[in-house]
Order: sequence, then C-alpha cells, then structure tokens
Amino acid sequence: MIEALKHSVNWLSAPPRFFTITLAAFFVLLFPGELGPAWLRRLTRPLQTVYRPKVGGIVFAVLGVLFLASCFDPNFALIVLKPDNVPIAAMIFLVAFFVWFGLKEGRRNDALRAAEQPIIEKRESGDGKVMVWPDLVYTEFLCMILWTIFLIVWSICLKAPIEEPANPAKTPNPSKAPWYFLGLQEMLVYYDPWIAGVLLPGLIIVGLCAIPYIDKNPKGNGYFTFKERKPEIAIFLFGFVVLWVWLIIIGTFLRGPNQNFFGPFEYWDAHKLVPLINVDLSQIIWVKWMHTALPRNPILREIFGLTLVAAYFLALPPLLAKRWLKGYYEKLGPTRFHIMMFLGLTMLSLPIKMMLRWTLNMHYVVTVPEIFFNI
Amino acid sequence: MAAAPGKPASAQAATPSVMTRRGFLSTLGVAWTAFAAACAAGAVATTRFMFPNVLFEPPQQFKAGLPADFQTGTVDQRYKESFGVFIVRDEQGIYVLRAVCTHLGCTPNWLEAENKFKCPCHGSGFYRSGINYEGPAPRPLERYRIVLADDGQILIDKTKIFAQEKGEWSSPDSFLKV
Ligand code: FES
Repeated sequence: MIEALKHSVNWLSAPPRFFTITLAAFFVLLFPGELGPAWLRRLTRPLQTVYRPKVGGIVFAVLGVLFLASCFDPNFALIVLKPDNVPIAAMIFLVAFFVWFGLKEGRRNDALRAAEQPIIEKRESGDGKVMVWPDLVYTEFLCMILWTIFLIVWSICLKAPIEEPANPAKTPNPSKAPWYFLGLQEMLVYYDPWIAGVLLPGLIIVGLCAIPYIDKNPKGNGYFTFKERKPEIAIFLFGFVVLWVWLIIIGTFLRGPNQNFFGPFEYWDAHKLVPLINVDLSQIIWVKWMHTALPRNPILREIFGLTLVAAYFLALPPLLAKRWLKGYYEKLGPTRFHIMMFLGLTMLSLPIKMMLRWTLNMHYVVTVPEIFFNI
Repeated sequence: MAAAPGKPASAQAATPSVMTRRGFLSTLGVAWTAFAAACAAGAVATTRFMFPNVLFEPPQQFKAGLPADFQTGTVDQRYKESFGVFIVRDEQGIYVLRAVCTHLGCTPNWLEAENKFKCPCHGSGFYRSGINYEGPAPRPLERYRIVLADDGQILIDKTKIFAQEKGEWSSPDSFLKV
C-alpha cells in the first residue's frame, strides 16, 4: 500500500507531469473558481476556503505531517536531510506560507472593501501609519537577536558540506550550483550557455528594473490587495514561484547522478539508464517528415526553426494586441505593451522549451553549431 | 579650501585668505593630475599583474607511450587527470578526445557500463566517438592532434584541435591508424 503510494508519487514527479501539476495547481489556487469553463469554476470554487486562516492552517499541517512521514523513507531522508538541502526543504514551506499569507491578506482586504469597511492596515493603526521608533526598531532588534541565536544553533547542529580539494579533472556527480543558482543551472540544461547564462539572466534583471515603468497601476501601495492587481500578481508569481523556486526545488531534490531525474522516493542510482536521444527540429522536419537529407546550407537547414522563432517574437505580439489581449493593449499603449510582450514571451519560452525537451527530446529549435548559435 | 567665489565680496573682503580664481584653478589642476597619475599607476600595476613571473602550464605536447599500450575497444583515462584527455582505441586506430564538455566546460565522466561519456553538470551525453547525443551540448567533443614520434611513441599535441562540425575529423592528424 505504502509502496504503491511511493511509486505513484515517483511517477507523478517525472518532470513533464510534475510541471503540469504545478501549473494547474498554481492557477487553480491563485484564481479558485475564476478561470476556465463553468464546470471548472464550479469545481474549483470550494478551494477559495484555503484562504481562510483555519483551512489554510490545516492544509499546511497536513503537508507538514506528510513531509515528516516521508522522512521515514531512507531514500527520501538521504536527500532531504542532507545539511545543504535542509534550508531548501524549509524554503518550500516558507515560500508557500508567505505567498499564501499575502494572498490571504489581500483577499481579506478586498472583502472588507467590498463591504465598505476599513481595510486591515487602517484598522490596526488608524491612519495606516506606525512610528519607526519604537514599533519598527524594536521589532527589528528582536528579530536580529532571535535570528542570530537561530543561526548559531543551526551552524552547530548541521555540518557545513565541505568536500575534498578541488580537482579540475574530477567533477562531482551530480555537480550542482549553490542552491540559489540552481534555477540558472536548470535553464542551462535546455539552452545554450549564451542564452541561459547571459541573455536570460540579463533579461530577468532588466525586466525587474522595468516593472515600475510598465506597471503604472498605483493601487496596492502600502496595503494588501489582490483584486486590484490580479494580472500583475499572477505574472510576478508565475516568474518567481513556477520558474525560479520550482526550478530550485527540482534541481535540489529530483536531479541525481548524471543529471537524471529521480522521484523523491527513488534510490539515486548512478547507472540509471534513461533513453534521451536528442533530435533537432531541423531533423524532425527534413528527415522524419520530408524524408530527405539535411540541406548543407545552414540557413536553409534551419529555415523552419528560424521562422518559428521569428513568428513567436514578431508576429505573436501584434496578434495578441488585436485579438486576445485587446484590453491590456489599450491599457498599456503600444510601447509598453510590446516591451511587456517581449519580456513575457521570453519568460514563457523557458517552460515551452522545457516541455519540448521532456516530451519530444527536442535538442534545439534552431541549431548552427558552426557559429555557436542554438536556440 | 572652502572658497566661495560666488559669494558677494563684502562678506569676505576682510579675510586675506580668500582663494583667487587662478589659485583655485591651479590647485584643481594639481589635484586632477595627481589623481590621473594614481589611476594610471593602478592601471599599469593591474596590467603587470596579468603577466606573472612564474607560470605553471603543463606542456602542450606529451608522449603517451606505445600504441600497443592501448587495448582495442577501450577508453583510456590514464592521462585524464594530468593532461585532460581520453585516449580511445577502436578497430581502426587511436584518437584523443579533449575532456572538456562542449556545453560549458565541465569534465565529463566515462561510463563504461553505459558506453558513453556523461557530463555531471547539465547531463550532456557523448558516444565513444565523441559525438553528442544527449543533453544540451551543441557540438561533439573535440579531438587533439595525434601522431607517432620517431621513437614509436604516441605524441599528443594539444595545440591543434579538430572539431567534427567543421569536418576536421577526416584530417589524417586527428586519428592514428594502427
Ligand atoms: S557543461 Fe557539460 S553539460 Fe553543461
């Protein structure tokens, strides 16, 4: 019984399935009873109750118990209780809790506002303001002391993971970046170094800097709200939770020797055989569909991939502006809309490429190894 | 130094230490010259730093023993640590693969049981020939020049690299027929 359960968890945590589940859970929990056809709304509406403190508390408690119970499995415990992985395990719960908390407070304020009552921040402090001294400084001081104690205890109890002296000829297997870079390392699996290591991180920083210029919605400043900033919150959380924290989590717990994927209850077998023979888009189209050899000329060879990428970045935004995102286009105006679309589509290209790799073993959509150009 | 040339003269007329425009400018000139000189000295020191007095560089050419030392059908790792190469012998002869992943430069491992090179960093896999077929690596592993020295030993020259995607593996120096 328990074994069967573990097996199904392992099966579900294969990346394409796990990612689909994560995506579905993300949207359903963010917008319970608001997305999709009528039957889906009816089905997911009860989930709104997770934003009640009691229900949310119970959900977290159940998740915590499941997590602790899983630690009785030797394979699970081996990975999760490794000193360097303990903070990541804590991070899962911390991120989930604070996202939940922010959304809960936002929803509560929305409800208060709908009932024409003062929002929480007003109630707690009258005019929405508190004094720096003593309110803020005292809190900070106490936090500092407690946190210092906590860090000292932690550093005594959990050993720092120090390994043998570095040797360029011997790379540990699996080789992992520090946890906060595991998202980047995961991106490197799907993209060329110049995209995953230079372009995308650069665009993440540029995109974060651009937020105040693109998002001119002044609401939500200094108080919790959800209703007034739905798209902004959804886009940000998608990038942060799904594309950053989630990648760190799978990079920590599911990537094993040879960068193969392992279920949480699976033994990290260095000899696990996974058939992963890559195909490029050009091979699929020319060889598999048209039964010809790959053309010699790289431009001709990659013409389909190049068209696809160009259409994705150049043709899709105007189309969206005309059809599905008309209101958004009018709200932002052409310049901001197109900058936003470029950043958003770049962000979305990551999950698209990940899915292509996991399901079709798609190596590169455009590949010109002669000049180090692969997408 | 607290010169205030913009202030009305009446306020400061009594104090003779008021800085003149000329004095101010020449002080400024000296200061900037000193600053520029310091920067230049720093730049020179930094440039000098780039050319160390002692440089540890393993030789770029080495002798790897007789061809008979390498068995047919094996991937030899004896020089992996010292020179960063895999020496592979098949039915036709011997070739030398550079032990640097073409994705981001980690050192791949040779997995005997799976008959492939596998990179532990992002999971690129390469056939015994060096051709990439798994994971993100965009190109096959590179090969080094291999020739027979006069004394019959294998001579491996790491200054010359042969890349498959440029069609260089057909070059006679990339492969030692035995
Ligand atoms: S460095 Fe080898 S797979 Fe990335």
